[in-house]
Amino acid sequence: MTKKVLEINDLKINFKTYAGVVQAVRGVSFELFEGETLAIVGESGSGKSVTSNAIMKLIPQPPGIYAGGEILFEGRDLVPLTEKQMAKVRGNDIAMIFQDPMTALNPTMRVGRQITEVILKHQKISATEAKDRAIKLLDLVGIPMAEKRFKQFPHEFSGGMRQRVVIAIALAADPKLLIADEPTTALDVTIQAQILELMKDIQKKRNTSIIFITHDLGVVANVADRVAVMYAGQIVEYGTVNDIFYNPKHPYTWGLLGSMPDLKNNAKEELRTIPGSPPDLIHPPTGDAFAPRNEYAMAIDYEQEPPMFQVSDTHFAKTWLLHPSAPQILVPESVSRRIEGYLKEAQQNGK
Amino acid sequence: MANKLLEVKDLKQYFGAAGNPIKAVDGISFDIYEGETLGLVGESGCGKSTTGRSIIRLYDITDGEVLFKGRNIHASKSRKELKEFNREMQMIFQDPYASLNPRMTAGEIISEGFDIHGLYKDKKERKERIAELLEAVGLNREHANRYAHEFSGGQRQRIGIARALSLSPSFIIADEPISALDVSIQAQVVNLLKKLQREHKLTYLFIAHDLSMVKYISDRIAVMYRGKIVELGKADEIYENPIHPYTKSLLSAVPLPDPLTERIRKRIPYSHEETDEAGKLHEVLPTHFVYGTESQIKKWL
Repeated sequence: MTKKVLEINDLKINFKTYAGVVQAVRGVSFELFEGETLAIVGESGSGKSVTSNAIMKLIPQPPGIYAGGEILFEGRDLVPLTEKQMAKVRGNDIAMIFQDPMTALNPTMRVGRQITEVILKHQKISATEAKDRAIKLLDLVGIPMAEKRFKQFPHEFSGGMRQRVVIAIALAADPKLLIADEPTTALDVTIQAQILELMKDIQKKRNTSIIFITHDLGVVANVADRVAVMYAGQIVEYGTVNDIFYNPKHPYTWGLLGSMPDLKNNAKEELRTIPGSPPDLIHPPTGDAFAPRNEYAMAIDYEQEPPMFQVSDTHFAKTWLLHPSAPQILVPESVSRRIEGYLKEAQQNGK
Repeated sequence: MANKLLEVKDLKQYFGAAGNPIKAVDGISFDIYEGETLGLVGESGCGKSTTGRSIIRLYDITDGEVLFKGRNIHASKSRKELKEFNREMQMIFQDPYASLNPRMTAGEIISEGFDIHGLYKDKKERKERIAELLEAVGLNREHANRYAHEFSGGQRQRIGIARALSLSPSFIIADEPISALDVSIQAQVVNLLKKLQREHKLTYLFIAHDLSMVKYISDRIAVMYRGKIVELGKADEIYENPIHPYTKSLLSAVPLPDPLTERIRKRIPYSHEETDEAGKLHEVLPTHFVYGTESQIKKWL
């Protein structure tokens, strides 16, 4: 098996607010291997961004509190590290790409300097060498006329080109792990497709591991090797991309898949919705946090939190429906029909 | 086919200096039929939102005509005529955080139009109408006394929809009404829009960049690029048989929730090809229009 880059065990993050303590992340565990992409999906407020910011130790303390668990990067726990030690990890080992490329870049600084700044901070090389490397990076991320672009300001770039610059900065110190927090959400679909291609291309060349945070299931299907579905601060389903899309087990995942229109099978029926809204994480509900929105909820869902049930070697889901004595609930018809359609087409394409 | 509700004829909307204007909308023509949903898609900056805003008179148009029920919207000058037109046509905005006044309660937001048009003067009657509207969009009557910040994003968008419905319009322009919402909430709002359309016989212009939702909700789709409509036709037809290279490229870029297809999907890049003065919308197949010159169309077919 390939090398394990990151291992998170039972991570808990709280925030102190006037209204009370918000339990934003409530015991998240996952691992990430070299050259692999893990997608974290979930709605706003599910804790996916807090989890990724926690890995970079970007949670402001206070109000944030690391309430438990460990973040092992190549075997070393990042949680107890000081800010000074962490500064060496950031950029060098782990780098981050943010959603909005306009706010991530400094508008008063030439693009070139924003890249060389990172290189010079982490490596002992001369300014001219750094410049050469920065131009190579701009070239790598697909910016034409890199030499000329090097001297320009962010406002002279389009949205897609800015995001390429942000990626170039993230890659400047050759990190092993790249965390991308909704990197394409602010971009047009055609530009999104280019950025996704770029990230996959870079991953292939450098064997980088990627954590990709998004709420767009289409993007997940495109980039991910494995998927973690988050709800109310916990991972509720975890598996390979095929497990999650073709054999979903958690009713929340069914809801997410069903709420996207089915373009291929041409269905015009009403979209499945997940009724209600996510729970208040100051007072997380007892039992399964998803129960009030779950049409298949059983009595036990309101009393006891379900454990992670193992579906296969790679596939886990946190729902009482997988308990041997639970009633047999099948995937809702609109979702299963769609999956069958996809699989049939894949077969015809000779897969 | 049903009657034409809205006719847009060679609409132009330029901004900036007269000498070197930015041609946000550069001569587009289309019709919207009673009871249908026309989806308007394109990338940011293509002019789709400007089109919506020009139609509803948020801008003074540079050139062209917009006919609503046969009458020229931009020519009507008297206050009375404008008021009448405003009742018929309403808009739902993208950002449910920016489009609701934080100092007004939901009830006040919804009923603002009543004051302007002198409707429901009786207090009890008015309260009843507000409750009816709130319930129509899936909220409840107690919500009328709450302020915008007390609602979630999806609920706010419902208030925006209730406001648009308050004067019983026949035509609604929805400018990216779901792009600021979570996936599961998007589905709730789309289902709501469809239900309201059935119940109130509404006609929609649905502006969005998310092609999958547009295809789902629209009867016909118009694809815009650089201020022009490059392709227009039935939703299924556009999706299954795109002809303009830009539409092809756009469709090829939409990721689907299907990993096996995603692994083999090839994006079709688009390089812009100038269409000269001779370019126009050609009806290449019945009800399927493509913009270009004769020779371009021949090549694309």
